Amino acid sequence: MTPHANSALLAKLYRSIYRIRRVEEEIERIYPTDKIKSPVHLSLGQESVAVGVCAALHKDDIVFATYRGHAAYLAKGGDLNRMIAELYGKATGCARGKAGSMHLIDRAAGFMGTSAIVATTIPQAVGYAFAMRYRKQDTVTVVFFGDGAVEEGAFHESLNFAALKQLPIIFVCENNLYAIHAPLRDRLAGAGLCARAQSYGIPAKRIEDGDTLALHSEVSLAAAEIRAGRSGPHFIEAMTYRYVRHVGPGDDLFLKYRSQEELDAWKAKDEVKRLAAMLGAPEAQRIRDEAEKEIAAAFDFAEKSPFPSPRELEENLFHA
Amino acid sequence: MRNAAGEITYAQALYEATVQEMERDAGVFVYGLGVDDPIGMYGTTLDLHKKFGADRNFDTPLSEDAMTGIGIGAALAGLRPIHVHQRMDFLMLCMNQLVNIAAKASYMYAGQVQVPMVVRGIIGRSWGQGAQHSQSLHAFFMHVPGLKVVAPVTPHDAKGCMIAAIRDNNPVVFMEHRMLYNNRGFVPPEAYEVPFGKARVLAEGDDLTLVAISHMVVEAIRARAHLAEVGIGVEVIDPVSLAPLDMDTIARSVEKTGRLLVVDNDWTNCGASAEIIAETVERFQGKRAVRVARLGYAPVPCPTTKPLENLYYQNGRTIALKAYDMVKGGVGHWEPHGEDAKEIAEFKGPF
Ligand SMILES: Cc1ncc(C[n+]2csc(CCOP(=O)(O)OP(=O)(O)O)c2C)c(N)n1
Ligand SMILES: [Mg+2]
Repeated sequence: MTPHANSALLAKLYRSIYRIRRVEEEIERIYPTDKIKSPVHLSLGQESVAVGVCAALHKDDIVFATYRGHAAYLAKGGDLNRMIAELYGKATGCARGKAGSMHLIDRAAGFMGTSAIVATTIPQAVGYAFAMRYRKQDTVTVVFFGDGAVEEGAFHESLNFAALKQLPIIFVCENNLYAIHAPLRDRLAGAGLCARAQSYGIPAKRIEDGDTLALHSEVSLAAAEIRAGRSGPHFIEAMTYRYVRHVGPGDDLFLKYRSQEELDAWKAKDEVKRLAAMLGAPEAQRIRDEAEKEIAAAFDFAEKSPFPSPRELEENLFHA
Repeated sequence: MRNAAGEITYAQALYEATVQEMERDAGVFVYGLGVDDPIGMYGTTLDLHKKFGADRNFDTPLSEDAMTGIGIGAALAGLRPIHVHQRMDFLMLCMNQLVNIAAKASYMYAGQVQVPMVVRGIIGRSWGQGAQHSQSLHAFFMHVPGLKVVAPVTPHDAKGCMIAAIRDNNPVVFMEHRMLYNNRGFVPPEAYEVPFGKARVLAEGDDLTLVAISHMVVEAIRARAHLAEVGIGVEVIDPVSLAPLDMDTIARSVEKTGRLLVVDNDWTNCGASAEIIAETVERFQGKRAVRVARLGYAPVPCPTTKPLENLYYQNGRTIALKAYDMVKGGVGHWEPHGEDAKEIAEFKGPF
């Protein structure tokens, strides 16, 4: 797609994707110890979507995502220590242990939160984009959601309103072909996901194979158009694939809802490996070494952090 | 708007509060089905778009679910949305966003975000509104930690609660009973807040505490007049806000009277009346004997035909009879006479 992507961009993308891959592999490794007392919906295999999209955004652009939100949180610049501590339920977590894996937030990084109720962050992101326009700020808001969310009414209501008001938002559908164990082909009537967005007059593009660079360039273009006031919302259908089970670590091929061949075909085009190869060995190795240190330190930070005090149970329900 | 006594209607009080807050804070905006139409939500949002611009008072697609989430998103970004629903019943389509998102955001994110949003719902009773256009459903919202619920009755409290709700940094469900809209009362012209969590003792009495919610306050005042004729002194309390709920004021009254009758503008089971009575019993059991009872809608959906609809709702007479029974004992020993509810009897459509 972008054969001559510059090496600074490649390094940035590889750093981001490798870090996310390894963080989640560590989560998988630690999970059986039960130190992480929170359901985890891993992005293993899907990292490139968050990486390609977020690398094209400004620091103060806003991202909303889903319970499968580790990748988006990290790609947008969410603090790693505070994420791992949150998974451990520690007071140093990004929400002092009250949120867990499914509700990550880092306001300083423009990561506004995630939800365990499918499709609910879509209207929130549209509302945020509405506020940015209302305040005449040139912030772009991005919302990630799964292919399952497209079936919810809130998706359609949100796209309609965003298109009606020409709001500065990019809708990114992470189409991993399944909602839990249900394949998209068994759930979808009509012409596909992009066609749904197009029916609201929203420009829509499907990116194949989790192509990080293609996602990056597509979002860069969309964001530039939005910032220049030349367009309202954009829709991107990012084809991707989840390597592990819907929730929790490990393989789920024994459930037989998908095939070894399908999984292998996606693993053969793994974006972590592809970007490493494009970047070249010495640079990639340097990035890996750095990331390993940072990740080890983050788990160490979480291990050593205290749990919240009992007094915190009833705190933060309301704002004064 | 104001008469010589400084009085305006409940609807005008809501309008005045909204205008004053929109003037004070450029982040306040109003949206919902019909808010910028020529009726302007019974006058409460009339022509606000002409005054403040189309961004700040706009109609929406028929998308209550997403439009609630959109308000939440705008509130997360620092704006102060007021989402208006012509009937409380439509709030059922907003439940996902209100219960799962708005009520949770502050707590779940350990106070790092806030949702300063007002959700106005009008209780549609008049005549013939039937099963799906007349519900209150406030118990649903009271049940959920993280939501505030208010139901002001007087024009004074309508204005003060609206201003407090707009300034509140949390989601507030604001209940307005249609039959209160034309009531007049003194309303200070300047902006002021009526604090949540403080009940009002509207009239004092020694024999029975009568807690009434929303429009039932008007009926409770009528019941009090009936009961005065037979020498029964009733203390009428309007909680004003249901969440938070001022149980201290209610308990202080019950301490004196030893009797509590709660009349809700809703069904009784699992409702606000159940909650108020449970909390009262918890406070007094083993210390003081108290008599408790509650009244509410008949335990069925609201029928439209007038003779059945009249039976469905409580009124001054049914409340008085129940209170009489609690104080003197003996149903049927007394029949209240006097005026019936004018706003109900005199209501003319079309909607
Ligand atoms: C409103 C709602 N319905 C059902 C669920 C249960 N659920 C959790 S994840 C999921 C599948 C969602 O699939 P998709 O949107 O494709 O996201 P993915 O998990 O594949 O990333 C379902 C049905 C839920 N969390 N919320
Ligand atoms: Mg999916």
